[in-house]
Amino acid sequence: MTNFKLSEPELEAAFQQRVDNEQKIEPKDWMPEGYRKNLIRQMSQHAHSEIIGMQPEGNWISRAPTLRRKIVLLAKVQDEGGHGLYLYSATETLGITRKELVDALHEGRAKYASIFNYPSLTWADVGTIGWLVDGAAIVNQITLQRTSYGPYARSMVRICKEESFHQRQGYEALMVMAQGSAQQKQMAQDSLDRWWWPSLMMFGPHDAESAHSAKSMKWKIKRNTNDELRQAFVDQTVPQAEYLGLKIPDADLKWNEARGHYDFGEIDWAEFERVINGNGLCNRQRLDHHKRVDQEGQWVRDAVAAYEDKKRARQVA
Amino acid sequence: MTDKQAKPALLFEVFIRSKRGLDHKHVGSLHAQDAEQALEYARDCYTRRSEGVSIWVVNSSDIVASQEEDAASFYDPMEDKPYRHATHYVLPDPVKNM
Repeated sequence: MTNFKLSEPELEAAFQQRVDNEQKIEPKDWMPEGYRKNLIRQMSQHAHSEIIGMQPEGNWISRAPTLRRKIVLLAKVQDEGGHGLYLYSATETLGITRKELVDALHEGRAKYASIFNYPSLTWADVGTIGWLVDGAAIVNQITLQRTSYGPYARSMVRICKEESFHQRQGYEALMVMAQGSAQQKQMAQDSLDRWWWPSLMMFGPHDAESAHSAKSMKWKIKRNTNDELRQAFVDQTVPQAEYLGLKIPDADLKWNEARGHYDFGEIDWAEFERVINGNGLCNRQRLDHHKRVDQEGQWVRDAVAAYEDKKRARQVA
Repeated sequence: MTDKQAKPALLFEVFIRSKRGLDHKHVGSLHAQDAEQALEYARDCYTRRSEGVSIWVVNSSDIVASQEEDAASFYDPMEDKPYRHATHYVLPDPVKNM
């Protein structure tokens, strides 16, 4: 409330001081416009990813192999919808509306995780998505529990708690396949072959190439760099693949005793660019589906509004 | 005393954020004529020992609450869904970090 006396550079210095001291920034605090924009970009992208991510898995709900797998998958996809809502709400504390966020998605101005532009072709993909895609997301999200913006950090705490079930159900489903018939094992291997590299791409470009990284690190929106997170994911996932008896499709993958980490091959960055720029296998399908469902659900919103009007009119009468 | 009838005070619920990064927590309620006054009273009443860095006051009548008697219909469907918990999935020991 006393801030009105301070000049913008002074405000910015105080803001940075607060961030450097590991204090959270809360919605009513003064913040640099760039910080606000950067957060809106990252948080809405995160929210869109949760919602678009419902599609590849939702694709298998009606064809899950057992009733148990079906209720588990339903619960997981429902969670993803919930996570999208936590994140949209947290983003709205930055002074932007849900409609603006969804419009940006529909008009291609906002992105979502490009992993969801790959198709889920077999039941094994549901297991692999839980294991790898949720696994990669968790590595990222655990560090985001310490992000500098309070509402984002708090939604991450809640999300991380729920995500753990997602990864474990996926791994469990894959364990059954990997220990099953030769055909089932082959299906699991084929799935790993297709999802491994896109999962590594989830962490984004190399640190040196990353457009938003430097500022995001300075503002502590991001707590670890893309490459650090990718390495952590590889290190934790290789033993899990070995346990399944599946082979990670990377000839350069090997333990580096000196570094204490796994070395791994280079990502196909041309493919990364292609998918992120809208030309992956399912980009159009994902977005068209979202728009279509959004339109088809309009009557529900209209009905809710009409009922509200009717109730209000009755109260007046 | 004036002959003018005093407007009855409103009841406000008070929520305090004890530290940056934490959620606001309900601490109690108080009477005030308006929200601004409620904020000042809340400061005097609930933060005399620097208990908070931020206060929310909300008109008590604006709070819509579920009732404990409704718990059955509200929460029952969740009780038979153990598969929503991570511990429902038993993984072998060598699989760490999940």
